[in-house]
Amino acid sequence: MSMPAHAVSAPSTAAPRAIPTEAEIEAKARARIKARRTLVISLRIAILVAVLGIWEIGAETGFIDPFFFASPSGIADQIWIWMTEGTSQGPLWTQILVTLEETVLGFIIGAVGGVVCGILLGRNKLLADVFSIYIKIANSIPRVVLGSIFIIALGLGMPSKVALAVVMVFFVVFANAFQGVREADRAMIANAQILGASPFQITTTVIIPSAMSWILASLHVSFGFALVGAVVGEFLGAKQGVGLLIATAQGAFNANGVFAAMIILAVLALVMEFLITLVENRLVKWRPVPFNEQN
Amino acid sequence: MSLHTLEVARPPLSPAAGFSPAIELENVTRRFLTPDGKSMTALRDFTMTVDRGEFACVVGPTGCGKSTTLNLVTGLARPSAGEVRVMGGPVSGIHEDVGFVFQADALFPWRSVLDNVAAGPIYRGLSKARAYEKARDWIARVGLSRFEKHYPHQLSGGMRKRVALAQTFINEPKILLMDEPFSALDVQTRTLMQNELLDLWSGSGASVVFVTHDLEEAVALADKVYVLTAGPATVKSVYRIDLPRPRVMEEIRYDSAFVEQCRVIWDDLRQEVQIGQQRTLDTGH
Ligand SMILES: Nc1ncnc2c1ncn2[C@@H]1O[C@H](COP(=O)(O)OP(=O)(O)OP(=O)(O)O)[C@@H](O)[C@H]1O
Ligand SMILES: [Mg+2]
Repeated sequence: MSMPAHAVSAPSTAAPRAIPTEAEIEAKARARIKARRTLVISLRIAILVAVLGIWEIGAETGFIDPFFFASPSGIADQIWIWMTEGTSQGPLWTQILVTLEETVLGFIIGAVGGVVCGILLGRNKLLADVFSIYIKIANSIPRVVLGSIFIIALGLGMPSKVALAVVMVFFVVFANAFQGVREADRAMIANAQILGASPFQITTTVIIPSAMSWILASLHVSFGFALVGAVVGEFLGAKQGVGLLIATAQGAFNANGVFAAMIILAVLALVMEFLITLVENRLVKWRPVPFNEQN
Repeated sequence: MSLHTLEVARPPLSPAAGFSPAIELENVTRRFLTPDGKSMTALRDFTMTVDRGEFACVVGPTGCGKSTTLNLVTGLARPSAGEVRVMGGPVSGIHEDVGFVFQADALFPWRSVLDNVAAGPIYRGLSKARAYEKARDWIARVGLSRFEKHYPHQLSGGMRKRVALAQTFINEPKILLMDEPFSALDVQTRTLMQNELLDLWSGSGASVVFVTHDLEEAVALADKVYVLTAGPATVKSVYRIDLPRPRVMEEIRYDSAFVEQCRVIWDDLRQEVQIGQQRTLDTGH
Protein backbone atom coordinates (compact mmCIF):
# COMPACT_ATOMS: atom_id res chain seq x y z
CA MET A 1 0.00 0.00 0.00
CA SER A 2 1.89 3.03 -1.21
CA MET A 3 0.75 6.55 -0.64
CA PRO A 4 0.77 8.87 -3.66
CA ALA A 5 3.40 11.53 -3.27
CA HIS A 6 0.98 14.40 -3.82
CA ALA A 7 -1.29 13.35 -0.94
CA VAL A 8 0.87 15.21 1.52
CA SER A 9 0.34 18.52 -0.23
CA ALA A 10 -3.28 17.98 -1.11
CA PRO A 11 -5.42 19.26 1.75
CA SER A 12 -8.63 18.34 -0.08
CA THR A 13 -8.00 14.65 0.61
CA ALA A 14 -6.64 15.21 4.13
CA ALA A 15 -8.62 14.26 7.21
CA PRO A 16 -11.45 16.71 7.92
CA ARG A 17 -10.15 17.42 11.45
CA ALA A 18 -7.28 19.93 11.45
CA ILE A 19 -4.22 18.97 13.46
CA PRO A 20 -4.09 21.33 16.48
CA THR A 21 -1.09 23.59 16.70
CA GLU A 22 1.29 23.67 19.65
CA ALA A 23 -0.31 26.89 20.92
CA GLU A 24 -3.79 25.42 20.78
CA ILE A 25 -2.69 22.37 22.76
CA GLU A 26 -1.09 24.57 25.39
CA ALA A 27 -4.13 26.83 25.63
CA LYS A 28 -6.36 23.79 26.05
CA ALA A 29 -4.14 22.35 28.78
CA ARG A 30 -4.10 25.67 30.61
CA ALA A 31 -7.86 25.95 30.42
CA ARG A 32 -8.20 22.43 31.80
CA ILE A 33 -5.87 23.18 34.72
CA LYS A 34 -7.77 26.37 35.49
CA ALA A 35 -11.16 24.66 35.37
CA ARG A 36 -9.93 22.01 37.75
CA ARG A 37 -8.56 24.57 40.20
CA THR A 38 -11.88 26.43 40.19
CA LEU A 39 -13.70 23.17 40.85
CA VAL A 40 -11.48 22.29 43.81
CA ILE A 41 -11.81 25.74 45.38
CA SER A 42 -15.58 25.88 44.96
CA LEU A 43 -15.97 22.41 46.49
CA ARG A 44 -13.85 23.49 49.46
CA ILE A 45 -15.98 26.60 50.00
CA ALA A 46 -19.16 24.58 49.62
CA ILE A 47 -18.08 22.13 52.32
CA LEU A 48 -17.15 24.96 54.71
CA VAL A 49 -20.47 26.71 54.14
CA ALA A 50 -22.39 23.46 54.58
CA VAL A 51 -20.69 22.54 57.86
CA LEU A 52 -21.01 26.02 59.34
CA GLY A 53 -24.59 26.30 58.07
CA ILE A 54 -25.69 23.01 59.60
CA TRP A 55 -23.94 23.89 62.83
CA GLU A 56 -25.58 27.34 62.96
CA ILE A 57 -29.07 26.06 62.06
CA GLY A 58 -28.70 23.21 64.56
CA ALA A 59 -27.79 25.72 67.26
CA GLU A 60 -30.75 28.02 66.36
CA THR A 61 -33.26 25.20 66.39
CA GLY A 62 -31.84 23.71 69.58
CA PHE A 63 -30.83 20.49 67.83
CA ILE A 64 -27.24 21.26 68.94
CA ASP A 65 -27.02 22.83 72.39
CA PRO A 66 -25.04 26.05 71.89
CA PHE A 67 -24.24 26.14 75.62
CA PHE A 68 -21.99 23.10 75.25
CA PHE A 69 -21.07 23.16 71.59
CA ALA A 70 -21.13 26.87 70.82
CA SER A 71 -22.32 28.21 67.47
CA PRO A 72 -20.51 29.85 64.55
CA SER A 73 -22.16 33.20 65.12
CA GLY A 74 -21.41 33.01 68.84
CA ILE A 75 -17.75 32.28 68.11
CA ALA A 76 -17.57 35.16 65.62
CA ASP A 77 -19.16 37.44 68.19
CA GLN A 78 -16.65 36.34 70.79
CA ILE A 79 -13.69 37.02 68.53
CA TRP A 80 -15.15 40.40 67.59
CA ILE A 81 -15.63 41.35 71.26
CA TRP A 82 -12.07 40.26 72.07
CA MET A 83 -10.75 42.27 69.19
CA THR A 84 -12.69 45.44 69.93
CA GLU A 85 -13.06 45.43 73.71
CA GLY A 86 -10.14 43.25 74.74
CA THR A 87 -10.22 40.17 76.93
CA SER A 88 -10.47 39.95 80.72
CA GLN A 89 -6.63 39.71 80.73
CA GLY A 90 -6.04 42.72 78.50
CA PRO A 91 -5.98 43.28 74.73
CA LEU A 92 -6.28 40.21 72.50
CA TRP A 93 -3.13 41.14 70.57
CA THR A 94 -1.08 41.00 73.74
CA GLN A 95 -2.32 37.48 74.44
CA ILE A 96 -1.52 36.33 70.91
CA LEU A 97 1.89 37.98 71.01
CA VAL A 98 2.77 36.37 74.33
CA THR A 99 1.80 32.89 73.11
CA LEU A 100 3.54 33.45 69.80
CA GLU A 101 6.73 34.59 71.51
CA GLU A 102 6.77 31.53 73.78
CA THR A 103 6.10 29.24 70.85
CA VAL A 104 8.68 30.72 68.51
CA LEU A 105 11.36 30.88 71.22
CA GLY A 106 10.68 27.28 72.23
CA PHE A 107 10.58 26.20 68.61
CA ILE A 108 13.89 27.82 67.72
CA ILE A 109 15.74 26.61 70.82
CA GLY A 110 14.29 23.11 70.53
CA ALA A 111 14.94 22.86 66.79
CA VAL A 112 18.51 24.14 66.96
CA GLY A 113 19.24 21.89 69.93
CA GLY A 114 17.66 18.92 68.20
CA VAL A 115 19.58 19.47 64.99
CA VAL A 116 22.91 19.96 66.76
CA CYS A 117 22.48 16.92 69.00
CA GLY A 118 21.15 14.82 66.12
CA ILE A 119 24.18 15.61 63.97
CA LEU A 120 26.60 15.12 66.86
CA LEU A 121 25.21 11.72 67.75
CA GLY A 122 24.68 10.77 64.14
CA ARG A 123 28.35 11.43 63.37
CA ASN A 124 29.75 9.82 66.50
CA LYS A 125 29.04 6.13 66.95
CA LEU A 126 30.19 6.00 70.59
CA LEU A 127 28.05 8.95 71.68
CA ALA A 128 25.12 7.44 69.82
CA ASP A 129 25.52 4.05 71.48
CA VAL A 130 25.86 5.58 74.95
CA PHE A 131 23.03 8.10 74.74
CA SER A 132 20.50 6.28 72.59
CA ILE A 133 19.06 4.43 75.60
CA TYR A 134 18.49 7.65 77.56
CA ILE A 135 16.93 9.36 74.61
CA LYS A 136 14.57 6.46 74.15
CA ILE A 137 13.55 6.69 77.80
CA ALA A 138 13.13 10.46 77.71
CA ASN A 139 11.11 10.15 74.55
CA SER A 140 8.69 7.65 76.09
CA ILE A 141 7.85 9.95 79.02
CA PRO A 142 4.61 11.87 78.37
CA ARG A 143 6.42 15.16 78.20
CA VAL A 144 3.42 17.39 78.82
CA VAL A 145 3.61 16.34 82.47
CA LEU A 146 6.94 18.13 82.66
CA GLY A 147 4.90 21.34 82.35
CA SER A 148 3.96 21.10 86.02
CA ILE A 149 7.62 20.74 87.00
CA PHE A 150 8.59 23.73 84.88
CA ILE A 151 5.90 25.89 86.45
CA ILE A 152 7.04 24.91 89.94
CA ALA A 153 10.68 25.53 89.04
CA LEU A 154 10.45 28.51 86.67
CA GLY A 155 7.30 30.26 87.85
CA LEU A 156 4.20 31.53 86.09
CA GLY A 157 6.10 33.70 83.60
CA MET A 158 7.32 33.01 80.11
CA PRO A 159 10.34 30.75 80.83
CA SER A 160 8.26 27.79 81.99
CA LYS A 161 6.20 27.85 78.75
CA VAL A 162 9.28 28.18 76.61
CA ALA A 163 10.85 25.25 78.43
CA LEU A 164 7.84 23.04 77.79
CA ALA A 165 7.77 24.05 74.11
CA VAL A 166 11.49 23.25 73.84
CA VAL A 167 10.98 19.79 75.28
CA MET A 168 8.08 19.14 72.92
CA VAL A 169 10.10 20.17 69.86
CA PHE A 170 13.54 18.83 70.73
CA PHE A 171 12.88 15.10 70.50
CA VAL A 172 11.01 15.22 67.22
CA VAL A 173 13.71 17.28 65.51
CA PHE A 174 16.48 15.29 67.15
CA ALA A 175 15.08 11.96 65.99
CA ASN A 176 14.76 13.20 62.43
CA ALA A 177 18.14 14.88 62.28
CA PHE A 178 19.76 11.73 63.64
CA GLN A 179 18.00 9.55 61.10
CA GLY A 180 18.86 11.97 58.31
CA VAL A 181 22.55 11.87 59.21
CA ARG A 182 22.50 8.09 59.34
CA GLU A 183 20.89 7.85 55.93
CA ALA A 184 23.50 10.07 54.27
CA ASP A 185 24.84 8.19 51.29
CA ARG A 186 28.10 6.36 52.00
CA ALA A 187 29.39 6.72 48.45
CA MET A 188 28.77 10.45 48.58
CA ILE A 189 30.69 10.80 51.84
CA ALA A 190 33.56 8.73 50.44
CA ASN A 191 33.53 10.89 47.33
CA ALA A 192 33.84 14.07 49.40
CA GLN A 193 36.62 12.51 51.46
CA ILE A 194 38.63 11.62 48.40
CA LEU A 195 38.02 15.02 46.82
CA GLY A 196 39.76 16.40 49.89
CA ALA A 197 37.06 17.33 52.41
CA SER A 198 37.95 17.50 56.10
CA PRO A 199 35.54 15.89 58.60
CA PHE A 200 34.11 19.33 59.36
CA GLN A 201 33.63 20.07 55.65
CA ILE A 202 31.93 16.71 55.25
CA THR A 203 29.51 17.59 58.00
CA THR A 204 28.67 20.99 56.58
CA THR A 205 28.63 20.18 52.87
CA VAL A 206 27.44 16.57 52.74
CA ILE A 207 25.82 15.46 56.00
CA ILE A 208 23.71 18.53 56.72
CA PRO A 209 22.40 19.00 53.17
CA SER A 210 21.45 15.35 52.88
CA ALA A 211 19.78 15.39 56.31
CA MET A 212 17.98 18.61 55.39
CA SER A 213 14.83 17.04 53.98
CA TRP A 214 14.45 14.97 57.14
CA ILE A 215 15.00 17.98 59.35
CA LEU A 216 12.56 20.16 57.40
CA ALA A 217 9.92 17.44 57.55
CA SER A 218 10.22 17.44 61.34
CA LEU A 219 10.00 21.24 61.51
CA HIS A 220 6.53 21.12 59.99
CA VAL A 221 5.18 18.91 62.76
CA SER A 222 7.19 20.39 65.53
CA PHE A 223 5.89 23.93 65.19
CA GLY A 224 2.50 22.49 66.12
CA PHE A 225 4.14 20.74 69.06
CA ALA A 226 5.73 23.99 70.22
CA LEU A 227 2.31 25.64 70.14
CA VAL A 228 0.83 22.78 72.16
CA GLY A 229 3.68 23.14 74.68
CA ALA A 230 3.17 26.86 75.08
CA VAL A 231 -0.64 26.62 75.36
CA VAL A 232 -0.58 23.70 77.79
CA GLY A 233 1.99 25.59 79.87
CA GLU A 234 -0.31 28.60 79.98
CA PHE A 235 -3.20 26.34 80.77
CA LEU A 236 -1.38 24.93 83.78
CA GLY A 237 -0.63 28.35 85.20
CA ALA A 238 0.02 31.74 83.65
CA LYS A 239 -0.76 35.43 83.80
CA GLN A 240 -1.10 35.97 80.06
CA GLY A 241 -1.58 34.13 76.78
CA VAL A 242 -4.12 32.33 74.63
CA GLY A 243 -3.88 29.23 76.81
CA LEU A 244 -5.01 31.24 79.81
CA LEU A 245 -7.84 32.61 77.67
CA ILE A 246 -9.00 29.04 77.12
CA ALA A 247 -8.67 28.20 80.81
CA THR A 248 -10.70 31.29 81.75
CA ALA A 249 -13.38 30.54 79.16
CA GLN A 250 -13.56 26.96 80.41
CA GLY A 251 -13.99 28.17 84.00
CA ALA A 252 -16.89 30.38 82.90
CA PHE A 253 -18.51 27.59 80.85
CA ASN A 254 -18.00 29.79 77.81
CA ALA A 255 -17.85 27.26 74.92
CA ASN A 256 -17.75 30.11 72.39
CA GLY A 257 -14.61 31.42 74.07
CA VAL A 258 -12.85 28.02 73.90
CA PHE A 259 -13.66 27.66 70.21
CA ALA A 260 -12.66 31.26 69.48
CA ALA A 261 -9.26 30.72 71.10
CA MET A 262 -8.88 27.48 69.19
CA ILE A 263 -9.49 29.24 65.90
CA ILE A 264 -6.93 31.90 66.79
CA LEU A 265 -4.37 29.17 67.48
CA ALA A 266 -5.21 27.39 64.24
CA VAL A 267 -4.64 30.60 62.27
CA LEU A 268 -1.30 31.07 64.02
CA ALA A 269 -0.24 27.52 63.17
CA LEU A 270 -1.31 27.90 59.53
CA VAL A 271 0.59 31.15 59.09
CA MET A 272 3.75 29.61 60.54
CA GLU A 273 3.32 26.48 58.43
CA PHE A 274 3.17 28.72 55.39
CA LEU A 275 6.36 30.52 56.41
CA ILE A 276 8.18 27.23 57.02
CA THR A 277 7.11 25.98 53.60
CA LEU A 278 8.54 29.16 52.06
CA VAL A 279 11.86 28.56 53.79
CA GLU A 280 11.81 24.92 52.78
CA ASN A 281 11.22 25.71 49.12
CA ARG A 282 14.20 28.01 49.17
CA LEU A 283 16.44 25.43 50.83
CA VAL A 284 15.61 22.41 48.73
CA LYS A 285 15.08 23.91 45.31
CA TRP A 286 17.49 21.31 43.94
CA ARG A 287 14.99 18.53 44.58
CA PRO A 288 13.47 16.88 41.52
CA VAL A 289 9.78 17.47 40.92
CA PRO A 290 7.82 14.26 41.60
CA PHE A 291 6.66 12.66 38.38
CA ASN A 292 2.99 13.17 39.14
CA GLU A 293 3.50 16.94 39.46
CA GLN A 294 5.44 17.31 36.25
CA ASN A 295 3.59 18.65 33.26
CA MET B 1 43.48 2.43 7.82
CA SER B 2 45.19 0.23 10.30
CA LEU B 3 45.71 1.51 13.78
CA HIS B 4 49.35 0.58 13.62
CA THR B 5 50.05 3.30 11.09
CA LEU B 6 48.52 6.03 13.19
CA GLU B 7 51.45 6.80 15.38
CA VAL B 8 54.45 5.10 16.84
CA ALA B 9 53.69 3.23 20.00
CA ARG B 10 54.04 5.25 23.14
CA PRO B 11 57.33 4.36 24.78
CA PRO B 12 56.65 2.03 27.70
CA LEU B 13 56.46 4.20 30.75
CA SER B 14 58.78 2.14 32.88
CA PRO B 15 59.67 3.88 36.09
CA ALA B 16 62.72 6.02 35.77
CA ALA B 17 65.51 5.14 38.12
CA GLY B 18 64.78 6.34 41.61
CA PHE B 19 61.02 6.49 40.99
CA SER B 20 58.89 4.02 42.85
CA PRO B 21 55.81 2.59 41.16
CA ALA B 22 52.59 4.56 41.63
CA ILE B 23 50.72 1.73 43.34
CA GLU B 24 52.03 -1.40 44.98
CA LEU B 25 49.97 -4.04 46.76
CA GLU B 26 52.12 -6.67 48.36
CA ASN B 27 50.62 -9.94 49.61
CA VAL B 28 47.53 -8.06 50.71
CA THR B 29 44.75 -9.88 52.50
CA ARG B 30 41.46 -8.27 53.40
CA ARG B 31 38.87 -9.95 55.60
CA PHE B 32 35.35 -8.84 56.40
CA LEU B 33 33.21 -9.72 59.36
CA THR B 34 29.95 -11.03 57.98
CA PRO B 35 26.71 -10.07 59.75
CA ASP B 36 26.58 -13.46 61.47
CA GLY B 37 30.00 -12.88 63.03
CA LYS B 38 32.06 -15.10 60.73
CA SER B 39 35.17 -13.91 58.99
CA MET B 40 35.09 -13.75 55.19
CA THR B 41 38.20 -13.32 53.07
CA ALA B 42 37.65 -11.01 50.09
CA LEU B 43 41.30 -10.65 49.01
CA ARG B 44 44.06 -13.18 49.63
CA ASP B 45 47.74 -12.75 48.91
CA PHE B 46 47.03 -10.05 46.42
CA THR B 47 50.06 -8.59 44.68
CA MET B 48 49.86 -5.91 42.03
CA THR B 49 52.07 -3.12 40.76
CA VAL B 50 51.03 -0.16 38.65
CA ASP B 51 53.78 2.03 37.24
CA ARG B 52 53.58 5.77 36.90
CA GLY B 53 51.59 6.75 33.85
CA GLU B 54 50.38 3.20 33.33
CA PHE B 55 46.79 2.25 32.55
CA ALA B 56 45.87 -0.98 34.35
CA CYS B 57 42.54 -2.71 34.00
CA VAL B 58 41.17 -5.23 36.47
CA VAL B 59 38.66 -7.84 35.39
CA GLY B 60 37.13 -10.61 37.44
CA PRO B 61 33.84 -12.29 38.23
CA THR B 62 31.24 -10.26 40.09
CA GLY B 63 31.69 -10.10 43.85
CA CYS B 64 35.29 -11.32 43.73
CA GLY B 65 36.81 -8.26 45.40
CA LYS B 66 37.53 -5.64 42.76
CA SER B 67 35.93 -2.71 44.58
CA THR B 68 37.62 -3.86 47.78
CA THR B 69 41.01 -3.61 46.05
CA LEU B 70 40.35 -0.02 45.01
CA ASN B 71 39.18 0.92 48.49
CA LEU B 72 42.50 -0.30 49.88
CA VAL B 73 44.38 2.00 47.53
CA THR B 74 42.30 5.05 48.50
CA GLY B 75 42.92 4.44 52.18
CA LEU B 76 39.19 4.23 52.88
CA ALA B 77 39.83 0.65 54.02
CA ARG B 78 42.84 -0.98 55.64
CA PRO B 79 44.37 -4.32 54.67
CA SER B 80 44.10 -7.10 57.24
CA ALA B 81 47.60 -8.23 56.27
CA GLY B 82 50.20 -7.19 53.74
CA GLU B 83 51.16 -3.75 52.60
CA VAL B 84 49.70 -1.11 50.29
CA ARG B 85 52.02 1.62 49.04
CA VAL B 86 51.13 4.68 47.00
CA MET B 87 53.88 6.73 45.38
CA GLY B 88 56.38 4.73 47.38
CA GLY B 89 54.89 5.52 50.78
CA PRO B 90 52.59 3.32 52.88
CA VAL B 91 48.93 4.30 52.74
CA SER B 92 47.73 5.97 55.92
CA GLY B 93 44.44 7.71 55.43
CA ILE B 94 43.30 9.28 52.22
CA HIS B 95 46.08 10.17 49.81
CA GLU B 96 45.77 13.54 48.12
CA ASP B 97 47.10 12.27 44.80
CA VAL B 98 44.23 9.82 44.45
CA GLY B 99 41.06 10.42 42.46
CA PHE B 100 38.14 8.00 42.43
CA VAL B 101 35.27 7.63 40.02
CA PHE B 102 32.62 5.58 41.79
CA GLN B 103 30.62 2.61 40.62
CA ALA B 104 27.43 4.25 41.87
CA ASP B 105 26.37 7.84 41.28
CA ALA B 106 28.18 9.90 43.92
CA LEU B 107 27.50 13.46 42.77
CA PHE B 108 26.01 15.85 45.29
CA PRO B 109 22.38 16.22 44.21
CA TRP B 110 21.91 19.58 45.96
CA ARG B 111 24.74 21.18 44.02
CA SER B 112 24.67 22.41 40.45
CA VAL B 113 27.11 20.96 37.93
CA LEU B 114 29.43 23.91 38.49
CA ASP B 115 29.39 23.51 42.26
CA ASN B 116 29.89 19.76 41.97
CA VAL B 117 32.97 20.15 39.82
CA ALA B 118 34.36 22.99 41.94
CA ALA B 119 33.96 20.96 45.15
CA GLY B 120 37.42 19.38 45.14
CA PRO B 121 39.48 22.58 44.76
CA ILE B 122 37.33 24.37 47.34
CA TYR B 123 37.76 21.50 49.80
CA ARG B 124 41.48 21.75 49.22
CA GLY B 125 41.55 25.43 50.06
CA LEU B 126 41.53 27.15 46.67
CA SER B 127 39.67 30.48 46.58
CA LYS B 128 36.11 30.30 45.25
CA ALA B 129 36.87 32.50 42.26
CA ARG B 130 39.86 30.38 41.19
CA ALA B 131 37.95 27.15 41.81
CA TYR B 132 35.01 28.22 39.66
CA GLU B 133 37.32 29.37 36.92
CA LYS B 134 39.01 25.98 36.93
CA ALA B 135 35.67 24.20 37.13
CA ARG B 136 34.33 26.08 34.08
CA ASP B 137 37.40 25.00 32.18
CA TRP B 138 36.86 21.33 33.07
CA ILE B 139 33.15 21.49 32.38
CA ALA B 140 34.00 22.82 28.94
CA ARG B 141 36.44 19.98 28.41
CA VAL B 142 33.76 17.38 29.03
CA GLY B 143 31.38 19.36 26.81
CA LEU B 144 28.81 20.44 29.39
CA SER B 145 29.22 24.23 29.34
CA ARG B 146 25.53 24.71 28.57
CA PHE B 147 24.58 22.73 31.65
CA GLU B 148 26.67 24.24 34.40
CA LYS B 149 23.62 25.57 36.26
CA HIS B 150 21.72 22.27 36.04
CA TYR B 151 21.31 19.95 38.98
CA PRO B 152 22.38 16.31 38.58
CA HIS B 153 18.81 15.03 38.41
CA GLN B 154 18.25 17.22 35.35
CA LEU B 155 21.03 15.48 33.42
CA SER B 156 21.14 12.18 31.57
CA GLY B 157 23.19 9.27 32.91
CA GLY B 158 26.00 9.91 30.44
CA MET B 159 26.15 13.59 31.36
CA ARG B 160 26.30 12.73 35.05
CA LYS B 161 29.26 10.45 34.39
CA ARG B 162 30.99 13.30 32.58
CA VAL B 163 30.41 15.56 35.54
CA ALA B 164 31.92 12.84 37.74
CA LEU B 165 34.97 12.68 35.46
CA ALA B 166 35.41 16.46 35.55
CA GLN B 167 34.93 16.45 39.33
CA THR B 168 37.73 13.91 39.69
CA PHE B 169 40.12 15.24 37.04
CA ILE B 170 39.98 18.81 38.32
CA ASN B 171 42.09 17.74 41.30
CA GLU B 172 44.72 16.52 38.83
CA PRO B 173 45.15 13.17 40.54
CA LYS B 174 48.36 11.28 39.89
CA ILE B 175 46.47 8.09 40.59
CA LEU B 176 43.08 7.59 39.08
CA LEU B 177 40.88 4.78 40.35
CA MET B 178 37.74 3.95 38.44
CA ASP B 179 35.19 1.39 39.55
CA GLU B 180 33.11 0.24 36.58
CA PRO B 181 32.50 3.88 35.71
CA PHE B 182 30.73 3.26 32.41
CA SER B 183 28.85 0.06 33.11
CA ALA B 184 25.49 1.85 33.42
CA LEU B 185 25.80 3.55 30.01
CA ASP B 186 24.53 2.47 26.62
CA VAL B 187 27.09 1.21 24.10
CA GLN B 188 27.40 4.38 22.02
CA THR B 189 27.77 6.66 25.03
CA ARG B 190 30.24 4.24 26.55
CA THR B 191 32.46 4.30 23.47
CA LEU B 192 32.33 8.08 23.50
CA MET B 193 33.24 8.23 27.17
CA GLN B 194 36.11 5.77 26.69
CA ASN B 195 37.60 8.02 24.04
CA GLU B 196 37.10 11.01 26.27
CA LEU B 197 38.76 9.21 29.15
CA LEU B 198 41.79 8.27 27.05
CA ASP B 199 42.04 11.87 25.88
CA LEU B 200 41.94 13.25 29.40
CA TRP B 201 44.34 10.60 30.63
CA SER B 202 46.93 11.00 27.87
CA GLY B 203 47.35 14.64 28.78
CA SER B 204 47.59 13.99 32.49
CA GLY B 205 50.33 11.40 32.95
CA ALA B 206 48.27 9.76 35.69
CA SER B 207 48.36 6.10 36.60
CA VAL B 208 44.98 4.46 36.23
CA VAL B 209 43.38 1.41 37.78
CA PHE B 210 40.18 0.76 35.90
CA VAL B 211 37.85 -1.94 37.17
CA THR B 212 35.40 -3.39 34.68
CA HIS B 213 33.43 -6.53 33.98
CA ASP B 214 33.71 -5.87 30.26
CA LEU B 215 36.80 -7.63 28.95
CA GLU B 216 36.78 -5.81 25.60
CA GLU B 217 36.69 -2.49 27.37
CA ALA B 218 39.66 -3.59 29.48
CA VAL B 219 41.75 -4.71 26.50
CA ALA B 220 40.85 -1.61 24.50
CA LEU B 221 41.88 0.80 27.24
CA ALA B 222 44.72 -0.83 29.12
CA ASP B 223 48.46 -1.24 29.05
CA LYS B 224 48.04 -4.15 31.43
CA VAL B 225 45.07 -6.36 32.28
CA TYR B 226 44.80 -8.14 35.61
CA VAL B 227 42.56 -11.20 35.71
CA LEU B 228 41.37 -12.01 39.21
CA THR B 229 40.17 -15.35 40.54
CA ALA B 230 36.66 -15.86 41.85
CA GLY B 231 36.61 -14.74 45.51
CA PRO B 232 38.77 -14.66 47.54
CA ALA B 233 40.51 -12.70 44.85
CA THR B 234 44.13 -13.18 43.94
CA VAL B 235 45.79 -12.21 40.70
CA LYS B 236 45.33 -15.13 38.34
CA SER B 237 47.31 -13.70 35.46
CA VAL B 238 48.56 -10.43 34.05
CA TYR B 239 48.49 -9.58 30.35
CA ARG B 240 50.43 -6.81 28.72
CA ILE B 241 48.49 -5.13 25.91
CA ASP B 242 50.81 -3.75 23.28
CA LEU B 243 48.26 -2.21 20.96
CA PRO B 244 49.55 1.14 19.75
CA ARG B 245 48.24 4.42 21.07
CA PRO B 246 46.43 6.65 20.53
CA ARG B 247 43.61 4.16 20.30
CA VAL B 248 40.24 4.91 18.75
CA MET B 249 37.50 2.92 20.40
CA GLU B 250 35.21 2.71 17.36
CA GLU B 251 37.96 1.11 15.30
CA ILE B 252 39.98 -0.93 17.71
CA ARG B 253 37.34 -3.60 18.09
CA TYR B 254 37.89 -4.66 14.46
CA ASP B 255 41.66 -4.87 14.89
CA SER B 256 42.82 -8.47 14.58
CA ALA B 257 45.46 -8.17 17.30
CA PHE B 258 42.78 -6.83 19.62
CA VAL B 259 40.40 -9.67 18.85
CA GLU B 260 43.13 -12.22 19.44
CA GLN B 261 44.06 -10.69 22.82
CA CYS B 262 40.45 -10.73 23.91
CA ARG B 263 40.08 -14.37 22.98
CA VAL B 264 43.17 -15.40 24.94
CA ILE B 265 42.18 -13.49 28.07
CA TRP B 266 38.56 -14.59 27.85
CA ASP B 267 39.61 -18.25 27.90
CA ASP B 268 41.39 -17.47 31.13
CA LEU B 269 38.61 -15.41 32.67
CA ARG B 270 35.81 -17.78 31.69
CA GLN B 271 36.90 -20.47 34.12
CA GLU B 272 36.76 -18.01 37.01
CA VAL B 273 33.38 -16.69 35.97
CA GLN B 274 32.08 -20.26 35.89
CA ILE B 275 33.52 -20.98 39.34
CA GLY B 276 31.89 -17.80 40.61
CA GLN B 277 28.53 -18.70 39.09
CA GLN B 278 28.70 -22.24 40.40
CA ARG B 279 29.41 -20.92 43.87
CA THR B 280 26.47 -18.51 43.74
CA LEU B 281 24.19 -21.34 42.70
CA ASP B 282 25.50 -23.60 45.47
CA THR B 283 25.13 -21.11 48.27
CA GLY B 284 21.89 -19.73 46.88
CA HIS B 285 22.73 -16.05 46.91
N1 LIG C 1 31.78 -3.92 54.17
C1 LIG C 1 31.71 -5.24 53.87
N2 LIG C 1 31.34 -6.13 54.82
C2 LIG C 1 31.28 -7.44 54.55
N3 LIG C 1 31.55 -7.97 53.35
C3 LIG C 1 31.92 -7.15 52.35
C4 LIG C 1 32.00 -5.73 52.55
N4 LIG C 1 32.38 -5.16 51.39
C5 LIG C 1 32.50 -6.17 50.49
N5 LIG C 1 32.24 -7.36 51.07
C6 LIG C 1 32.31 -8.66 50.42
O1 LIG C 1 33.54 -8.77 49.76
C7 LIG C 1 33.36 -9.41 48.50
C8 LIG C 1 33.94 -8.55 47.41
O2 LIG C 1 33.19 -7.38 47.27
P1 LIG C 1 33.51 -6.28 46.18
O3 LIG C 1 32.55 -5.17 46.35
O4 LIG C 1 34.95 -5.94 46.25
O5 LIG C 1 33.20 -7.07 44.83
P2 LIG C 1 33.38 -6.60 43.34
O6 LIG C 1 34.42 -7.45 42.73
O7 LIG C 1 33.58 -5.13 43.27
O8 LIG C 1 31.98 -6.98 42.69
P3 LIG C 1 31.14 -6.23 41.53
O9 LIG C 1 31.82 -6.54 40.24
O10 LIG C 1 29.81 -6.88 41.60
O11 LIG C 1 31.12 -4.78 41.86
C9 LIG C 1 31.87 -9.67 48.32
O12 LIG C 1 31.65 -11.04 48.57
C10 LIG C 1 31.23 -8.84 49.39
O13 LIG C 1 30.12 -9.52 49.92
MG1 LIG D 1 32.37 -3.47 42.68
